[in-house]
Amino acid sequence: MPDMNLTHFEASLLFALVASMVLGVVTKKTDHERVRYGVKCFGYFLATIFGLGWLMYFGHR
Amino acid sequence: MSDKIKPPKEPMPALRLWVHVVAIGWLIPGGGHFFLHRRGRGAILAGCVILTFAAGLMMRGALFQPEIGDMLTTIIYVGGFAGNVASGILYLATVMLGYAQPDVAGHVHDYGTKFLVAAGLMNILAMVDAFEIAVGRKD
Repeated sequence: MPDMNLTHFEASLLFALVASMVLGVVTKKTDHERVRYGVKCFGYFLATIFGLGWLMYFGHR
Repeated sequence: MSDKIKPPKEPMPALRLWVHVVAIGWLIPGGGHFFLHRRGRGAILAGCVILTFAAGLMMRGALFQPEIGDMLTTIIYVGGFAGNVASGILYLATVMLGYAQPDVAGHVHDYGTKFLVAAGLMNILAMVDAFEIAVGRKD
């Protein structure tokens, strides 16, 4: 099996993508709501990733 | 005193309506949805669970073995094992084919271990969704 070496950012992004898709599919009732909720979740994940990233950057200075 | 009135709890639906759907959903990620003719949603859920599990394997993540100790150890190891097992056939095939990665230091391995558990947790969400469709609470 091939090895996969992801950075912290790439791994978080991959997780955010699949988790958002699953949350979108299982929580809402219409396709339109599912897409909207999936995109919203992905946006929240991204905001958290960048927010925590900058917080750790300033915390380590 | 609270004025809120709790809505009555819905009774548990009959086992024959949902148990086979949930069992198929556990064994084959997205299988419960396919069984209920929700092919699009089933394909997305299956793709997500398989992608997450495969990424975990390619990052050489470790599989958990149930271990009892102090509360934190028990929660991590038993919970991790339950998360791994929830991936159904992906977990069973991986174990049967002899995958045995020791838990080693390094952020890639660590992410791999978390991805393997996350795949199972996503499959649990898919199983709950299949249950709700099977009992008629959801379309």
